Amino acid sequence: MSVLNPLKPSERMKIPRQESIEQSANDRSRNFLEVSFGLNEERARVEATRCLECKNPICTEGCPVEIDIRSFIQAILQKDYLGAVKKIREANSLPAICGRVCPQEEQCEAVCTLGKKNPAVAIGKLERFVADYEMENNLFSVPEISIRREGKVAIVGSGPSGLTCAAELAKLGYKVTIFEALHAVGGVLRYGIPEFRLPRKILDLETERIKALGVEIITNFVVGRTATIDEFFGEWGFSAVFLGTGAGSPHFMGIPGESASGVYSANEFLTRVNLMKAYQFPDYDTPIRAGKRVAVIGGGNTAMDAVRTAKRLGAEKAHLVYRRSKKEMPARVEEVHHAEQEGIEFLLMTNPVRILTDGQNWVVGMECQRMELGEPDDSGRRKPVPIPGSNFVIDIDTVIEAVGQAPNPIIQATTPGLKIGKKGVVVTDESQRTSRDGIFAGGDLSRGGATVILAMRDGKLAAAAIHEYLSRKQTNHEDDSPLYTNSYCQYIS
Amino acid sequence: MFPILGKEQLSPTITKFVVHAPYIARKRQAGNFVIVRVIETGERIPLTIAEGDSDEGSITLIVQAVGKTTKLLCSKEIGDQLVDVVGPLGNPTEIAKDSVVACIGGGVGTAELYPITKALHEHNNKIYTIIGARNKDLIILESEMAECSDHLFVTTDDGSYKRKGLVTHQLKDLLDAQVEIDAVYAIGPLPMMKAVSQLTEHYGIKTYVSLNAVMVDGTGMCGGCRVSVDGQMKFACVDGPEFDGHEVDFDELMKRNRTYVDFEQEADRTYCEAHKSRVVA
Ligand SMILES: Cc1cc2nc3c(=O)[nH]c(=O)nc-3n(C[C@H](O)[C@H](O)[C@H](O)COP(=O)(O)OP(=O)(O)OC[C@H]3O[C@@H](n4cnc5c(N)ncnc54)[C@H](O)[C@@H]3O)c2cc1C
Ligand SMILES: Cc1cc2nc3c(=O)[nH]c(=O)nc-3n(C[C@H](O)[C@H](O)[C@H](O)COP(=O)(O)OP(=O)(O)OC[C@H]3O[C@@H](n4cnc5c(N)ncnc54)[C@H](O)[C@@H]3O)c2cc1C
Ligand code: SF4
Ligand code: SF4
Ligand code: FES
Repeated sequence: MSVLNPLKPSERMKIPRQESIEQSANDRSRNFLEVSFGLNEERARVEATRCLECKNPICTEGCPVEIDIRSFIQAILQKDYLGAVKKIREANSLPAICGRVCPQEEQCEAVCTLGKKNPAVAIGKLERFVADYEMENNLFSVPEISIRREGKVAIVGSGPSGLTCAAELAKLGYKVTIFEALHAVGGVLRYGIPEFRLPRKILDLETERIKALGVEIITNFVVGRTATIDEFFGEWGFSAVFLGTGAGSPHFMGIPGESASGVYSANEFLTRVNLMKAYQFPDYDTPIRAGKRVAVIGGGNTAMDAVRTAKRLGAEKAHLVYRRSKKEMPARVEEVHHAEQEGIEFLLMTNPVRILTDGQNWVVGMECQRMELGEPDDSGRRKPVPIPGSNFVIDIDTVIEAVGQAPNPIIQATTPGLKIGKKGVVVTDESQRTSRDGIFAGGDLSRGGATVILAMRDGKLAAAAIHEYLSRKQTNHEDDSPLYTNSYCQYIS
Repeated sequence: MFPILGKEQLSPTITKFVVHAPYIARKRQAGNFVIVRVIETGERIPLTIAEGDSDEGSITLIVQAVGKTTKLLCSKEIGDQLVDVVGPLGNPTEIAKDSVVACIGGGVGTAELYPITKALHEHNNKIYTIIGARNKDLIILESEMAECSDHLFVTTDDGSYKRKGLVTHQLKDLLDAQVEIDAVYAIGPLPMMKAVSQLTEHYGIKTYVSLNAVMVDGTGMCGGCRVSVDGQMKFACVDGPEFDGHEVDFDELMKRNRTYVDFEQEADRTYCEAHKSRVVA
């Protein structure tokens, strides 16, 4: 028992888990404002008292970036919210984002000791609470960077892996430049995850913080096209490169009718809405055919975001078509729950076989097939198999496919010697080193589709490995060729 | 930001811009394009890089005002800035060497064809060029094309300039006159590229077309630009934009390109109403 929290463990266990304050399902399914307002101070403090302050805080092991969870919760007990967020920032530079989108239920909260018999401590919600506190009160201070180190590092891609790697290296004193293909920073956080789950204000603020560390960000720059990695090492004068280009190339199912007008990949649909703000047409110029009767295919976070977005854009019917049962859905539990509350209709154990079109190639329906679970496949999940004669047609005008994605091959194709693995991922060792000297990679590019926090973890590990690599290079500097040349520095400083 | 360094009116609706984009100028090759966003609230549109000057750090874009975004762009002046220009995107054109080729440009497609014709010329090809448009006003780059071609033919649909008729009429005459052509490069409106491809298929001549699918990112991320080529799904921005014209499903693409017509008309109408005095034709 700690001095901060006089309650006995048995008493703590009796306190119910505190819930976020949320917009009603009816209101929010018609707007793009954030669904959840998080915990207020009172609830956060009650929630913090539930923590058992374990001697062996196993929760930290469940967190991919190993946040000292017990200590930050103790700071909340002391009302030292700034201290709490500082504790988190030691391990995680994007707490307001992770507190919102991390699959906590599978990570820190999945192993929490309290969670064995009772609902686990709402670690993610507490993380968000203190991060929001810092933001709302404008308390973030840029860490002092005391040393400047030799060596410039290029970061390719501004998703969570790239942003994290950049921040860590900048704090170590390196000169860092991020190159981003799109006109805006954030990767999936910008173009994929919708505003109603992650307000853009947060992303903009985090970007500003990374810039405040001295990191330079160049947008509209497609590495592999605008310049190649080998040019980065040559004329651009970079000594190391981190690749965090994600897995942005969408898959299609390969069923008839996919070329119709009204069929989108989830990437296109979400990009038009989130990045290009098509929902504000004609104030913004990018159009979108949102549809009145929409079917989204898939069961992951992407599918959930697409179907909830379609609903917000005015769909009268928004279906989610998934070939297994709800239990197998890869999406976060909270998101599935929110989608159900918002009136999304789940067509489970159902697989599309054909998109029906009219003479002008517009979507007018989709033929589906009922499935049943058969023998377990390689992944151990029972494989869905079609039930003969079960075909039926759903009446829809828009189809959005969220059936997975692969790394974009532009960099791999223009960087000789980079080892590529299954499904186009870049192969790395456990320190995020690729097959080429000085090139590191992480996030979805090396994992296929994963999560924000795993991308951040890779970015952190890569920063450490780059630091090690450059330090070693510095000491051997004498017998090595010159570390960098200056011919293109004019462009990047 | 990408400042406009030069502007020239090539026809009432077609404008040439020189834009400061130093990285792109160094890397661009014939057949590459850029994605441009004119203003913060604007959409991303693809435009071919007509020329590049790596010393000056500039690229040339030739734009036909057809809808809101291109009209807005054409209203920009020297010194104005484009918020985003990204590239060079797409695969460069496969440039033949020491052979006989026909280059066929329709409307503003001639601007897209120009860098390719120039590259073909530099690789010692014998070039028959045919440029066509609806009327005289829409014929662009005639002297530039003449400079890099061995023979130049011009057609207009209405006969207001040079030969009355379609580019395919001229091409068919050449082929029937037993001119030995090894390959055809055709860029223009989809119906034109389709007609050229049908004609050359009959004669068994390899034909490259450049597909103007609707694009968003231009880097292979959205799949919006997908086209059917030889029954396979391809992304025009990264697998193209050039494809074998005999394998392209033009009818499908023409239908797909109509996906947003009503939005485009609305955007165009509101833009024109708000900018009555400044808008070109
Ligand atoms: C719709 C959606 C919802 C999701 N929801 C969640 C969630 O709730 N929780 C969660 O943990 N995870 C979620 N994920 C997964 C998570 O977003 C990703 O795992 C994570 O963003 C991967 O980060 P990254 O840094 O590897 O790459 P990305 O975020 O994909 O960023 C890659 C960046 O690199 C840029 N790039 C690509 N190629 C080049 C190039 N050649 N040159 C320059 N730049 C380039 C891209 O434009 C992009 O900005 C979701 C994913 C999607 C698509
Ligand atoms: C690879 C490529 C290279 C091109 N090069 C040139 C060029 O050098 N010069 C030039 O004048 N035009 C070029 N275009 C066409 C140009 O992109 C369109 O004219 C422009 O996008 C129209 O936008 P708008 O708002 O003015 O007109 P809108 O009224 O919005 O559209 C008019 C028509 O343009 C097409 N279009 C609309 N939006 C897009 C988009 N985002 N991407 C592609 N096509 C679209 C559609 O077919 C539409 O029906 C090129 C297109 C492609 C795909
Ligand atoms: S970053 Fe994610 S896993 Fe780690 S403590 Fe926060 S919510 Fe849990
Ligand atoms: S495991 Fe759970 S109860 Fe124990 S310290 Fe961590 S959050 Fe608190
Ligand atoms: S424009 Fe998005 S994939 Fe081609």
